[in-house]
Order: sequence, then C-alpha cells, then structure tokens
Amino acid sequence: MNIDQKKSSQEVVENLQTQAGCASCPVHHAANLKKLGVDMESWDFVVALAGNPNTGKSTVFNALTGLRQHTGNWPGKTVTRAEGGFEYAENRYKLVDLPGTYSLLATSLDEEIARDFILFGQPDVTIVVVDASRLERNLNLVLQVLEITNRVVICLNLMDEAERHNMNVDHRRLARDLGVPVVPTVARYNEGLEELLAAVHEVASGQTRAKPYHVNYSHPKLERAVTQLVEQIKAVFPHVPNARWVALRLLDGDERIIRAVEEGELGELTYTRDDLEGVGVSHLSQKSGFAQ
Amino acid sequence: MNENYENILQSARDLRWDIGGDFHEKIMEALYTDATRIAERAVTYPDEKPRFDLDRTIDRLVTSRVWGFPLMILMLTLVFWLTISGANVPSGMLYSLLIDTLHPVLKTAAASIGLPWWLDGVLIDGAYLATAWVVSVMLPPMAIFFPLFTLLEDFGYLPRVAFNLDHIFRKAGAHGKQALSMTMGFGCNAAGVISTRIIDSPRERLIAIITNNFSLCNGRWPTQILIATIFIGALVPPALGGVISALSVVGIALLGVLLTFLISWALSRTILKGEVSTFNLELPPYRPPRILQTLYTSVIDRTLIVLWRAVVFALPAGVAIWLSANILVGGVSIAEHLINFLDPFGLLLGLNGVILVAYIVAIPANEIVIPTILMLTVLVSGVTGPGQGAGVMFELESGLETLNILMAGGWTLLTGVNLMLFSLIHNPCSTTIYTIYKETGSVKWTTIASLLPVVLGILVTFFTAQVWRLLAGF
Repeated sequence: MNIDQKKSSQEVVENLQTQAGCASCPVHHAANLKKLGVDMESWDFVVALAGNPNTGKSTVFNALTGLRQHTGNWPGKTVTRAEGGFEYAENRYKLVDLPGTYSLLATSLDEEIARDFILFGQPDVTIVVVDASRLERNLNLVLQVLEITNRVVICLNLMDEAERHNMNVDHRRLARDLGVPVVPTVARYNEGLEELLAAVHEVASGQTRAKPYHVNYSHPKLERAVTQLVEQIKAVFPHVPNARWVALRLLDGDERIIRAVEEGELGELTYTRDDLEGVGVSHLSQKSGFAQ
Repeated sequence: MNENYENILQSARDLRWDIGGDFHEKIMEALYTDATRIAERAVTYPDEKPRFDLDRTIDRLVTSRVWGFPLMILMLTLVFWLTISGANVPSGMLYSLLIDTLHPVLKTAAASIGLPWWLDGVLIDGAYLATAWVVSVMLPPMAIFFPLFTLLEDFGYLPRVAFNLDHIFRKAGAHGKQALSMTMGFGCNAAGVISTRIIDSPRERLIAIITNNFSLCNGRWPTQILIATIFIGALVPPALGGVISALSVVGIALLGVLLTFLISWALSRTILKGEVSTFNLELPPYRPPRILQTLYTSVIDRTLIVLWRAVVFALPAGVAIWLSANILVGGVSIAEHLINFLDPFGLLLGLNGVILVAYIVAIPANEIVIPTILMLTVLVSGVTGPGQGAGVMFELESGLETLNILMAGGWTLLTGVNLMLFSLIHNPCSTTIYTIYKETGSVKWTTIASLLPVVLGILVTFFTAQVWRLLAGF
C-alpha cells in the first residue's frame, strides 16, 4: 500500500497542492539537486559517464557531484574510474566517471574498463558526453554504446566551442536520427545541466523508452551469421538485452566476451538488480512491476 | 564448461571462418560511414567565409622548428621567476610566524613546565623546527608553481610541449608523454612520479619514473639560488648579480633536462630495452583557463601533499638531526664523528664531510639541506655567534654572513659548484622513494631509481673536482 495513505486526508490534499505548484517550477528541481560527494551507502540508480577523451566528462562529473575531480585540457586526464553521487527529484544517483575512449572495441585498458562497466556493471543510464565541435569522430563511440545498451542520454557538450567555430548543431535532428535523448550543454558554465538531469531521470525511471539507432552492416554473409548466432544465444541466455552485439563481438573474436560466455556471465546480465540496498518499498514495486 | 556455452562458441568460430578476414574492417567502415552521415545531417555551417583561426596561428608559432624551443625555455624561465619572486613574501611570513615567533614561544613554554633539556631539544629544536622549515620553505612555491602549471595545462599549452619534445624522447627510446611528467617534476618529484600514470607502457613508465629525479624540484631551488647568489653572483658586479644567479638556476634546470634525455637513452639501451610505443597526441583547442577553479583545486591538492610530507617525513628527520648533534660518544657528537669520517671522501668529490652528512640526514626533504649544513659547519668549526646551539638548524638573512661561515668551514668556489651539481644529481627525497615504491610495487626498481642518481652524482662531482683541480694546478 502507498505510504501516503497513512497520512490524514488533509495532509494528502495539502501535499498534492504543494507538489502541483512546486513540481512545475524549475527552481524546485534545482534545489533538489543535492551534491553528495562520495559518501553513499545506498543509491537508487547508477549512471555511467562515457565519451571521448577531452570532451568535458570530468567537468560534468564535478558539476553534478560537487567533487573536485581534476580536470585539465589534456586528453587522458582521468586514468581510473571515479565515483560520486548526487540527489535529484528525490532519487539518489551514483555517478561513475569512466576513462575517455575513442571506441569500445577493447584494444587498451581504458577501453576495457569503460566497456566492461557499461556491459557488466549494467548502469541504469549511460550518459555519453560528446564534443559538439567534433561530432563525427565522437559519434563513433556513441554508435558503439548504442549497440550495447539502449538506456542512453547524449550530453552534447562544448556547444560554445561549436559556436566559436561557426557550426550550427541541430540537437533535435540528432535525437531523431539516434533515437535517444540529446541534451545540449556547456558544462563549464553549468548550462543545460538541469535538462540533462531531467533526461537522465526520465530514462532511469523508465518514463522514456528509447529506440536507438543500430548500425547496419550491409554485409549479407555477416547479417546471416549474426542472425544465426543470435538465435543460439537467445536460446541459452534468454534475457540478454543485447544479443546482437554479443554475437558481433563473438564473431570478432573478442576474448572478454568469449570468456563471459564460457563462464556463463551473460546469464547474470538479466538480474533486475534486486540487490538494491535501502530502496523504498514503493520504488521497488514500481521497478519490478508487481501489482500491489 | 556447459555444453550449450561451448556450442555457441563453436558456432562463432565456424561462422568466423565463413565470413572471411575483413570482418573487422567492414565493421569499422560501417561505423565510420554511419557516423559521418549522421553528423553531416546534424551540423551546418551558416557562414561560408573562411575565418581567421586563432588556434592554428598560435600553433604555428608554438610548435615551429625555429621558435618552439626558445618559447618553451622562455615559458620555463617565466614560471620559475614568478614562483621564486612570488614565494618570497609568503615564505618570509610563514618563517617569521612558525620559526621566529612560535619557536621561542614553545621553548619558553617548555622551560616553564620544566621539560628536561633533551626532550625539549628533540621535540622543539629537532622535530618541530624541521617540520616548520619544510612547511615555510615548501608551501609557498608549490602553491604558486602548481596553479601556474595547471593553468598552462588548462589553456592547452602543455600538449604542445609534448609535441615539441616528442621526437627527442623517441630518439632516447622513451615516450613523448614523459615531457609532461618531467615538467610536473619541476614542482615536486613525487607528483611527477604519480603523473607518469599517463604513460601506458610499463617500460616507458619506468624510464620516466627513474629520470624524474633530474627535474629540479621546488625543494631544491632555494639551495640552488642561495649557492648561486653567494658564489657565482659574487664573481660579477653587483648590478648583474640577480640576473646571473637566476640564469645559473635555469642553467642547472636545463642541465637536468639534458640528463633526463641522456639517462633515458642509456636506460633504453641497457636495462630497459624495448620498442617505443606509438603516441597518439590530440592537440586540443586552446581554451581560456578557469582561473579560480584551478587555483582552488591545485592549491588544496598541493597544500595537503606538503603538509602530510612535512609531518611524516621531515619530523623524524629533525629528531635525527638534533640527536646526532647532541649525543656524545667519547666526548664528541655523533655528527662530528660522521663528518670526520666522511671528510676525506667528501674532499675527493670536491665537497666535504659536512655536506655529505647533511645530505644523508636530508634524505627526507631537500629543503633542510642548507640549514643543516650551516648548523653542522658552526658545530664543527666552532664559529661563535650565529646559530642557537648544537642541533638547531638555522639560516641567515644576509648572503655575506652565510658566505663567511661557509668559508670558515673551508668552502671554495669548487665546493659551491659541486654542491649545485650534487643537489641536482642525487637520490630522490624519501617521499619520492616512497611514492615510487607505491607506484611500481617493486623493491628492485625502487632501489634502482634511488641509487642511480646518487651514483651518477658521485661520478659527476668526482670528475668535476679532478678536472677543476687539474686546471687550477692543484
């Protein structure tokens, strides 16, 4: 039963009235954003921050968590995985800043860390920070991420740089083409972060379901092979969310994925995270869809 | 392994053969084509005229074959000068607070509660004094150097430095990113060692770690400046004195850079042989640095490192210094025994026993070398007046007074020059040794990194002394 029923009806009405007024005001949400630093015992959602090196990931990280992660105009600044937290709209988010990578094909340690986290860490949302002034190169990584997970929000950062280079970047068209939310930001001046958080919240809570763009390889033999493998994979691991991507990686001889199959790790990708700690009852029921 | 899993893997293997070899290329091709297509749809350029590109223009200047290196040296000199002159006032203030004011206060407090003289000595003259010294000498320059360094980094200049120095490092068998850990080392060698994390290849990372010590860290600048001022500056008319001593320090720093290249080359030909890995360097666009934010982050970071180091490493050193000067064996202090024992060896190197003992004791922190030298010289040569007794480090206001004490201790110009050389080429301070151990996890490499510079330093000073004496007709 809903906790609210415990309160008197008077209180409930008051509550609803306040919520109606406050919820629509942007200042309300801004006040909701609490920066928690690294001290987090429990969280509702896990968010990963991916992207090319030197796109402002750490700036976004700092802005959201209030931590002073060292940023620098030098690719390769973040060398390990930084974690922090924030609170938004009464949910607690754990934010993981992944090292910058140009691709997820795991040819270097950085790429492996990033890829492993997005795949096996199963974040609720993956934010891909993209340099608006270098869109083409950044999209390489975006397309690869979209093949692993469809719970993606694109943070189109460095919009001021794009403007400086006299480029007009249409984020709506991009969103339509990619099939996921695209939020333009200038993280160093804290612009657009409110909208970014809203988008993340919507994807995390399931209000937004994306239909992400999948790269078409237009190679008939390859497509046939993939279809066949996908069938086999789905037969053994029925709940794997990205069988197509797994098939492609197996065909490419990706050792990590091969090992994941050998040891049955792929089967674990289906857990609906009922190892959540300290999550409210009402929230859990919402997530797992049980009738109350 | 589960049979089903094996079946999947087997299918994958079979299908892989079927598809053929260019599978990977096809994937990359498709990715790139789609990325281009989507990007082209989203990005438009309303203004067709080609605009003046500030970034390109700056780069043409900064990475040019003619202007690149002079500009880098100019930047280095500018950073050094700003750090040195900027740190003077805060250093002076901290010094007068912690040492001129608090030290006597503590002494009187100790006397009033009737602390035995030796406990008073160990705690206040030894531990407190050394720690206070490190803090007042180290904190201000680091608090200026690192923000400056970070501002340059934010601005985007440092990758250009890496670009300029890359081909030299490659010829030396090392990685271009070493340029960055090397420059970081000018602030603090421990920080420089940590910054080698940006180098992926373990071999090249070790080269960068071992040679980082040849970057003249902030703690050694005061030594260099003082010696340069009183020995080299004294050789020229007073008007030029300041300039000459500054240039000598820059000269020693550049010597350190040269040594970095030479030793990297030697290491990569002998114990650290291997292939040079490829270096993809993206020259980021120039961005206006966020000054206040940078100041805050780097100052807090650096402050904490220095304070931690002062407490953990300098404090015991202070205790050791005081004890060695005050514990008597056969009527003579341990320090004097050591000095007399090491004197012959020291003279061979163009130094003397006092300097060697000071360096042994100053392993924890380079900042306390000069004060220790002065204290020991006074102890040994029996000069009365300056200083506050055995085991109490001190420094003097005037260069002339310092020179007098040192001359009384038998110093010559050769001693000054060799001290500058030895200060550049000796073992890393204990914080750095500890950091190297934490970063490499290997006792073997930590030992090599600690011993290599000091052995080299002994060789260099030895040869300098012989050549000098030969030329001087000794």
